[in-house]
Amino acid sequence: MSTSKLTLMVAAGTLALGACSKKAPEQLPPAPQETPAAGIDQSATPASGPGTQEHFATTVGASNTIVYFDTDQFDIDSEDAGKLQAQGQYFSQYPNITFTIEGHADERGTREYNLALGERRANAAKNYLVSLGIPADRIRTLSYGKERPVALGSDEGSWAQNRRAATVVIN
Amino acid sequence: MKKTLAAVIAFAAAPLLAQSQNPNQDLGEKPPTEGVVVETDDGEGLSGSVSFEGSLEDLGIAIPAFATDREAATPASAGGTGALGVELARIVSNNLRNNGLFKPSGPDGLPRPAYAEITAPNYPTWGARGADMLVQGYVRAQGNGQLAVGCYLYDTKLNTQLARQGWLVAPGDWRRAAHKCADLVFSRLTGESPFFDSRIAYIAETGPKNARIKRLAIMDSDGANHRFITSGRATALTPRYSPDYKKLSYLSYVDGNPRIYVYDIGTGRQTLVTQSHNPTFAPRWSPDGRYLLYSMAVAGNTDIYRVPATGGESTRLTSGPGIDIGGSYSPDGSRIVFESDRSGSQQCYVMNADGSNQRRISFGGGRCATPEWSPRGDQIAFTRIAGDFNIAVMSPTGQNVRVLTRGWQDEAPTWAPNGRIIQFFRSSRGARGEAQLWQVDLTGRNERRLNTPVGASDPAWGPILP
Repeated sequence: MSTSKLTLMVAAGTLALGACSKKAPEQLPPAPQETPAAGIDQSATPASGPGTQEHFATTVGASNTIVYFDTDQFDIDSEDAGKLQAQGQYFSQYPNITFTIEGHADERGTREYNLALGERRANAAKNYLVSLGIPADRIRTLSYGKERPVALGSDEGSWAQNRRAATVVIN
Repeated sequence: MKKTLAAVIAFAAAPLLAQSQNPNQDLGEKPPTEGVVVETDDGEGLSGSVSFEGSLEDLGIAIPAFATDREAATPASAGGTGALGVELARIVSNNLRNNGLFKPSGPDGLPRPAYAEITAPNYPTWGARGADMLVQGYVRAQGNGQLAVGCYLYDTKLNTQLARQGWLVAPGDWRRAAHKCADLVFSRLTGESPFFDSRIAYIAETGPKNARIKRLAIMDSDGANHRFITSGRATALTPRYSPDYKKLSYLSYVDGNPRIYVYDIGTGRQTLVTQSHNPTFAPRWSPDGRYLLYSMAVAGNTDIYRVPATGGESTRLTSGPGIDIGGSYSPDGSRIVFESDRSGSQQCYVMNADGSNQRRISFGGGRCATPEWSPRGDQIAFTRIAGDFNIAVMSPTGQNVRVLTRGWQDEAPTWAPNGRIIQFFRSSRGARGEAQLWQVDLTGRNERRLNTPVGASDPAWGPILP
């Protein structure tokens, strides 16, 4: 994929960003409006090099490594798209990096269904990255269902943080 | 004695050898393979009618200690056959009490009948104590090291024997004789099928909610003979016993991905349910044990597949963009109830065993998940999601929905072998978020928690032991 095409898509994602706030729970870190479509923050200087989770998270911005979903949903909305475009830019820049998208669900679902739902969410994020030109064989999906919550409360704010697809660079 | 000890050591050493050949597996100590219980005295079976009319919990059942013909040493009890007789009666008594239908007395606080009285009960004595029914039994050490256990049910108002049966068991299987006795009494007094002589596989949970260790574990229906099957290094979920108890199928992350494995208890080896890089979920055996259902996500879309239990080619049973998962056979193996979100939310569907004629059966409001067909065939238990998560039952056509539990999150029902009791797991809210095993009978009135050594989820009740 040409750089210009990617830039165009990133720009489109930026425009869409403003309309999206429905999913961000209050407990979440601030949405990435100030780093439009996130792009790659050239000022950040990660200690470790490309191919590490730290380099990836620092470069794209930690909040851009995770997309969130509504209850029982797996669609990529404009906010998710902006984050994935930031990820896509990174993975285009470092074409040798393979990575994993971990799909998760909140505790308010049955265990087996949530495993399937987590897989569906991870694939939704993967498919978006593939549409940006990242080769599918660089992306592994892994569902944890509701087995690995990050927020431990039993309230809507916690559940919103747990309904996620997290991109991780593991070597 | 020396010879017996040597044999025990040899038996214990064998599984360790087998394990060392599979270093990448998460399996702990191998459980013993199934013993055999031989029925010795089917006698006249049922005779006479029960005199008692009324609520079973008002029925006075006396269960004194089982007698022995002579005190003899047995590996089953340090106190010999005499002490074992007390424990046998205690198991029968606890079984009948814990299912909520009966309030038996004994063996503590009751006189101990002599061996000769077992077949000729002292009716006036027991009648005077207010007992309507009397359960007596004996235990004898056989010359070959086995134990002979007899069980008799008497009606003390009519002075008649209602049922009797005997079994030959290896010392290690002595508890099964007590379960058989409880089953005999339960069946004779309720007219229902037996269920005590059975086993449960489940997931043992320890550690904080965000880093919880989940291990495959098994236990008898009363919680005894508890064993961890996996070490906890990898997360294990959703076990199911094969109908002959020779295999356990469950989900493990042992290779880093969620995949269904079939663990052969006899050989200690486990294999993938299907050779695929895709994640697989939700194993379910067919009632005859010849097939396994599993669900597999391909490019994010989950469908239900069937594979012969001996391996081989899989057959895809569902298709389409929704999540189709789980699946539970009707007792005759002709139909499968499963869950799907093809309508937009989780609902329950029935299809023929070959995947044809799929139709939705749940229209009762809320969502329908984890459907399990009763072994009797007359009911389907499911997780009803309508605000809270509750255990409910409905007819196989989706009629007559009855909600049996009122927890905040009760899920994953599994049926007792006789289709009268349902176990499930109940999660509590908040940062602790512990899971426990519970059971409820079909009336919804008799609900109780099962004791497990640690947190527990995903109970899977097997059939009556072979």
